[in-house]
Amino acid sequence: MDLNYSPDELAFRDEVRAWLQAHLPEDLKEKVATYAHLSRDDLLRWHKILAAKGWVAPAWPQEWGGTGWNVVQRYLFEEELGFAGSPPLVPFGLAMCAPVLLRFGTEAQKRRFLPRIYHGEDFWCQGYSEPGAGSDLAALKTKAVRRGEHYVVNGQKIWTTLAHYADWIFCLVRTDAGAARRQEGISFLLMDMKTPGITVRPLYLMDGGHEVNEVFFDDVSVPVENLVHEEGKGWTVAKYLLGYERMNTGRIGESKRQLARLKEIARSRLDDVRFRDRLSRVEVELMALEITNLRFLDRMRRTGQPPGADVSMLKIKGTEIQQALTELLVQALDPLASDALAAAAGRRYLSMRKTTIYAGSNEIQRNIIAKATLGL
Amino acid sequence: MNFDTSEEQQLFSDSVRRTLARDYDFEARKRTLASEAGWSEQVWERFAEIGLTGLPFPAEHGGFGGGAVDLMGVMEAFGEALVLEPYLATVLAGRLVAQSPQARAILPAVVEGRLRLALAHGEIGARHRVDHVTASAWMEGGHWRLEGEKAAVSGAPMAGRSVVPAQTSQGIELFLATPDAVRAYRALDGTVCGDVVFRKAKADRLGGGLAALEEALDFGTALVCAEAVGVMKSACEATLEYLKTRKQFGVPIGSFQALQHRMVDMFIAQEQARSMACLACSKVDANDGPRDRQRAVSAAKIRIADAARLISQEAVQLHGGMGMTEELKVSHSFRRLTVLAVQFGDADHHLARFASL
Repeated sequence: MDLNYSPDELAFRDEVRAWLQAHLPEDLKEKVATYAHLSRDDLLRWHKILAAKGWVAPAWPQEWGGTGWNVVQRYLFEEELGFAGSPPLVPFGLAMCAPVLLRFGTEAQKRRFLPRIYHGEDFWCQGYSEPGAGSDLAALKTKAVRRGEHYVVNGQKIWTTLAHYADWIFCLVRTDAGAARRQEGISFLLMDMKTPGITVRPLYLMDGGHEVNEVFFDDVSVPVENLVHEEGKGWTVAKYLLGYERMNTGRIGESKRQLARLKEIARSRLDDVRFRDRLSRVEVELMALEITNLRFLDRMRRTGQPPGADVSMLKIKGTEIQQALTELLVQALDPLASDALAAAAGRRYLSMRKTTIYAGSNEIQRNIIAKATLGL
Repeated sequence: MNFDTSEEQQLFSDSVRRTLARDYDFEARKRTLASEAGWSEQVWERFAEIGLTGLPFPAEHGGFGGGAVDLMGVMEAFGEALVLEPYLATVLAGRLVAQSPQARAILPAVVEGRLRLALAHGEIGARHRVDHVTASAWMEGGHWRLEGEKAAVSGAPMAGRSVVPAQTSQGIELFLATPDAVRAYRALDGTVCGDVVFRKAKADRLGGGLAALEEALDFGTALVCAEAVGVMKSACEATLEYLKTRKQFGVPIGSFQALQHRMVDMFIAQEQARSMACLACSKVDANDGPRDRQRAVSAAKIRIADAARLISQEAVQLHGGMGMTEELKVSHSFRRLTVLAVQFGDADHHLARFASL
């Protein structure tokens, strides 16, 4: 057992760290550090800087722009992005639509969409949740009816993150209402957001921010060539994406940066044993999660298999840690104070409550472990 | 970065597991627990036969020179089987002896299984503070003499010799001595402990002081973490099995989501604890200096103490009334986890140390 990174891995990390230091624009870094709003242009600017370097989609096959890094290198890279305080890479194109196309798409679909995703020419969003289909995703009702060479889509999606920035949306739609199992009547469709009949309505969250939306589909005509995989196989596609290896669900690097910042801000509070001990317990939990994450990577590297269902624990613990850090930050800064940082931290606290709800609520993650790992 | 066990480590933990499976099932353990001695000399002989009593000591004294990482698998297996014999006490005291001129006289007997040792460091009122030492030692007629009392010494009644910190004119130093009196008792988990008294006892000066003692206790804390992970594993497995087999309202109680989520939280706590045990053991072996070591060990002990509490309490709760009974192993696991959570410092003690580093 050796918990230290090898000299090669350390050299790789240092190379990434140095490059990020030199190329992460100061204004973006400042926005992230002060919890400021990131515009579409901000997000795409950073995306394009990484694309130009060839680092925007490390996990893709090399022929499509992947870097050929192993799982440890990919993890280190993602952690360094978080640790440096870079804007997030929006996952809907790079880490969701693209892996689906690579696995299930036709050659024409890959050639049409992948290069544009890579270079940040299309901004994607994800159409999964509906008002009546949240945790119970298979209850979705948005309907797509085949008419000749088109599907006609009617229905509504909700919680659609950054739909107001998006050029394209990938959706789960119901193509067969009479299927024996409700999972069997679902298909995976790609839609141009400019298609007539699509309406985006903002949902303002309690931090006052506009991040998520409702998307309405009213007789939206979608060419059949935009169907991914076979009709009725959408659930297979969605499940594949759930199991797709994600290195960074624990957000270790990001939380390390937040912890360091919190210690700086809360320096005067550290004499207070009650505050200090709460902070220490979160720090210890983060140390443990980092090792747990490395154990998953080690297992993946040894077996060559994607992580099992128990990887859900990284999401559960990672989000609990992110929330705990934000809570301590608010406490350290005092949400009633007049300064801008305190106000921004307060808004961040409000916003971060979403993390245990989105991407499969932590209760759903526990269901997954209970069923698939523990056999309950 | 890798979490592989070496071939040697695998061999050791396999042979420990084979031995425990044969000689240490739950019924055999219960008989030992109920016996007057509270431990088994035959089992100790078996440990010597398979090389366990030599594992942590230098080769020049007949040992294998193993570190904390080498002992992890052993301690985890001990935790699963709830071993009662005073192995850790002998390991820690023996490693302090190994650095001294007395090593040649003492360690071969330890390695061969003829001698057990204790680490008599705790005193009444010390509350895990290592530098709280009132026992004293002085030279008299060409010999060292030791005076004082030590409390809650694990394995004291079965130990031939004890390693004892005492105040000298040079500060705290370590000595090897035999107590003049031992008041034996059983700890909460049934293991044998003793309060010991030295009345001008003849002592051998080992060399090494507070720094050596702190290092030994960190080594011990890392191994306690590994042992606790084994107990947690056993408690989690038993609880999971119970959830799948116990039926109420016509269905296995594990079909209830309220219980499933609690089981998942136990499982996650166990994995987080295992990660920290790995970190602590590798850091006590690493020699990166005391700060790095202490930080990792204290962090591990905080996480393990919290996880021990969660898992032990939930395991009993999910077993219902049966979990309260002596008949089920889970109640014994509860007691062991309660003791391991405080051994060498509880979460509060280590939180204070962690924050001070």
